[in-house]
Amino acid sequence: MSAHGTRGSGITWVGRAIRRLEDPALIAGQGRFTADSPAAHWVRFVRSPVAAGKLRNVSAPAGAMIVTAADLKGVKKITPMLHKFNYKPVGQPVLADGAVRFIGEAVAAVVAASEEEAEDIVDRVELSIDETASVADARAALDAGAPQVHAEAVGNVILEGKVKTPDFDATWNSAHKIVKVDARSRRQNATPMEPRGGHAVYDAATGRITLTCSTQMPHLTRTAICDLLGIPESDLRVIAPDVGGGFGQKMSLPGEYVVVVWLARKLKSSVAWTEDRRENLIAAFHSRDQYITLEGAFDKNAKLVALKADIICNIGAYSCFPTTCGVEPLMAMAEMPGPYDVQQYQCLARGVITNTCTMAPYRGVSRPVITFTLERLMDKAARAFALDPIDIRRRNLIDKFPYKSAMGLEYDEATYKETLEMAVKAIDVPAFRKRQAQARAKGRYLGIGFATFSERTGYGSPAFAARGMEITPGWETVIITVDPSGFVEARIGSSPHGQGLRTTLAQIIADEIGVTPEMIKVVHGDTDRAPYGWGTFASRSLVISGGATLIAAQKIRTKLIKMASHLLEAATDDIVLTDGMAKVAGTDKAVAITKLAREAYTQTHRFKGEIEPGLTETGHYDPPGTFSNACHVAIVDVDVETGYVKVEKFLVAEDAGRIINPMIADGQVHGGIAQGIGNALLEEIIYDESGGILTATLADYLPPTAHEIPPIELHHIETPSTNSITKAKGLGEGGTIGAPAAVINAVNDALSPFGVDIDEIPATPQRIRAAIRNAEKAP
Amino acid sequence: MSQKAAITLNINGRGHTIEVEPRRTLADAIREDCGQTGTHIGCEHGICGACTVIVNGEPVRSCLMFAVQADGKKIRTVEGLAQGDRLHPMQQAFMDHHGLQCGFCTPGFLMLAVGVLEREPDISDEDLIDVLSSNLCRCTGYQNIIKAVRAAAKEMQKG
Repeated sequence: MSAHGTRGSGITWVGRAIRRLEDPALIAGQGRFTADSPAAHWVRFVRSPVAAGKLRNVSAPAGAMIVTAADLKGVKKITPMLHKFNYKPVGQPVLADGAVRFIGEAVAAVVAASEEEAEDIVDRVELSIDETASVADARAALDAGAPQVHAEAVGNVILEGKVKTPDFDATWNSAHKIVKVDARSRRQNATPMEPRGGHAVYDAATGRITLTCSTQMPHLTRTAICDLLGIPESDLRVIAPDVGGGFGQKMSLPGEYVVVVWLARKLKSSVAWTEDRRENLIAAFHSRDQYITLEGAFDKNAKLVALKADIICNIGAYSCFPTTCGVEPLMAMAEMPGPYDVQQYQCLARGVITNTCTMAPYRGVSRPVITFTLERLMDKAARAFALDPIDIRRRNLIDKFPYKSAMGLEYDEATYKETLEMAVKAIDVPAFRKRQAQARAKGRYLGIGFATFSERTGYGSPAFAARGMEITPGWETVIITVDPSGFVEARIGSSPHGQGLRTTLAQIIADEIGVTPEMIKVVHGDTDRAPYGWGTFASRSLVISGGATLIAAQKIRTKLIKMASHLLEAATDDIVLTDGMAKVAGTDKAVAITKLAREAYTQTHRFKGEIEPGLTETGHYDPPGTFSNACHVAIVDVDVETGYVKVEKFLVAEDAGRIINPMIADGQVHGGIAQGIGNALLEEIIYDESGGILTATLADYLPPTAHEIPPIELHHIETPSTNSITKAKGLGEGGTIGAPAAVINAVNDALSPFGVDIDEIPATPQRIRAAIRNAEKAP
Repeated sequence: MSQKAAITLNINGRGHTIEVEPRRTLADAIREDCGQTGTHIGCEHGICGACTVIVNGEPVRSCLMFAVQADGKKIRTVEGLAQGDRLHPMQQAFMDHHGLQCGFCTPGFLMLAVGVLEREPDISDEDLIDVLSSNLCRCTGYQNIIKAVRAAAKEMQKG
């Protein structure tokens, strides 16, 4: 990574699309997932069949083992805390205690020798619940007289963020044109292919519990469960084994894991729960259920001068741990202006409690919705000014760095305009417009849509502290050890689950210390083996864990060079580490790194007391954050008879700073775009008026298949970040952030002859047909 | 609970004689009774395809088949794809083309693709995408899976 990292004949590993070190086990069926381990006891949860009510009684068949809130005396409620924004801390009992607040809420745990037996018993458990009025929609929950979901949150508002810049009113009042969008984002489920699961084993010798669970943040899971149960953290080991996708859903604490640990302690045995798909869809966590009204004030030259946002986030029945429900409204408020230069900003962002499944972060968090809203605003403004959608973006994108946003965020150098121009050129807009006109003449409706966006990534503790989070994540620690055999182990606090971090971190280390990535093992996801860390989420791991890795690797490098200078009797400046050797530049004097490693343990007397024994170094990193950016372009074909949208082509011009492994980086973008296309067109968790959920299988809730994802063309610019010591920016969420906006803008472009405005996602065939029908009916 | 039936599952050429309830799915039997946990369960509704295995030459959803229905049949799972240290071309192609990220859906995709290509080595691109749309992947966006399967198809034809 350092400029002199691999002098000599050595290969530079960073920047190469090497195959992943994770893959050999996974393609052989040798991955280890939570549900793969046997257990003596299995748990199934009895879940509330009603959206709201007073829980009177739970009765189980004779002889069944069942646990309810009454058994869990002394177990605290999950109560994440924010110290700002008028936040109302509401507690979530790990099993419903006296009240139920959404369909799917865990009411009791049944324990049996097998899953099947437990499930049979669950079917025979009788719940006595006095059903009360419920509310599922966030706007309805704000109405006076709406049912109160929690007594602590009067009016169902749990959090309220407000901002208004000093010159907002004057700028607004003198604006040339106001353009408005009423955007609606329907509710989604992150839908990792592996549902959640927890497996707890009691160790009689030590009294410790080992909880293996499908989590993105093992250390914080340990901290949280120990806090709730009132036990020392040394009594609980948490392992995140192979985790089958998370996308944010697995960074929030499930009450179910607390119950599983409690049971393993009580039974002094092994206890497991594997979530089924129905549970995952109705009761894991949901996201993106938002209403955003956005108004832009433009001057005569179509320059955006002020932005006014009203953001309503349906946060469900409880507040998720650790981020709190502030994660959606506060991120939307902070990052709404996106990639556009606008210094006057007014925003009201509210988190609203309803009788629905609890909201938690999902890849991109609020940014897919704010980008969709903002990009609809830009397209509508272009129409209002009779400008091309590309031109209006050219007039408004940020192009001077560092840029300070109206919310005080500092944007490091990025390429908003350059990626737009790159995408415009690559997609060949004039050729498309010609094809579009020809198709329209034949009754086929093609459309093109653009989305430009910023993606705040790799942010450390100050960004989380700005939200007033009692638990403020941010930094990461990495400990690198070269063992006496010369093999390298990096123990990291991040907890990757598909992102390929074992490979990319090995590439960073390899360049520093002159060995091949195959000699480097990255260890993560085990609180007994890895240093305390925050896990993998928020496009942070390559930047923050990567930075900590670089710092630790540089220390190892320095020590190896010092040792080599002793043994080779040469100046440290003349030593290079390459090809597994420490060499004296320009000579044939060399010593193997494996030999240096061995001697660091077994021959320390040779270093005259100038080196400490062993070869272990630690790196910590807590960066300010860096902004990736991209321009997404979608081309769609809308069947106006059926409302079916086919995405023909997707193109991305992306800048995520220095790319460590291009293959892995592209894979992240591909996957994000697929989720974004699902968000735009297909995926919707639907509640009926009584709070019942209509989308409880994957035949009803529709993640895209290979059919729905078009070829994706990627172009890169690499602007090295000065806010990241590896120069890398994060890119885990960008695909999901830009795709919905690009697709919906394209749908609107396709349907422009009908004069429709589609500002709701997903734009399902029903919604598209309804929009066309309504437009045709209009006088 | 009903009475258990004694059956033999022939998995990757090895017989497993087990006793299962008639309602036990093939997926559960493979994983829990035979200890072959490479086959994953993603939905138990026959939609996601993570549990796809090959039974008598045909890719099937093992969550939709009862274990007793597979008694005596030849079952192939991901654990049987490689020949010793030699990977199946499909496994190699998934690594070469980054056709996996978290790896949870991967065994199902591998068995689906192998099963289909063994039956129809000259499958058209359009039909291939049709077949691959039987299974869900949440990480890759499918493009690299499609690339990997096409590359493996060429290798498999070379024999």
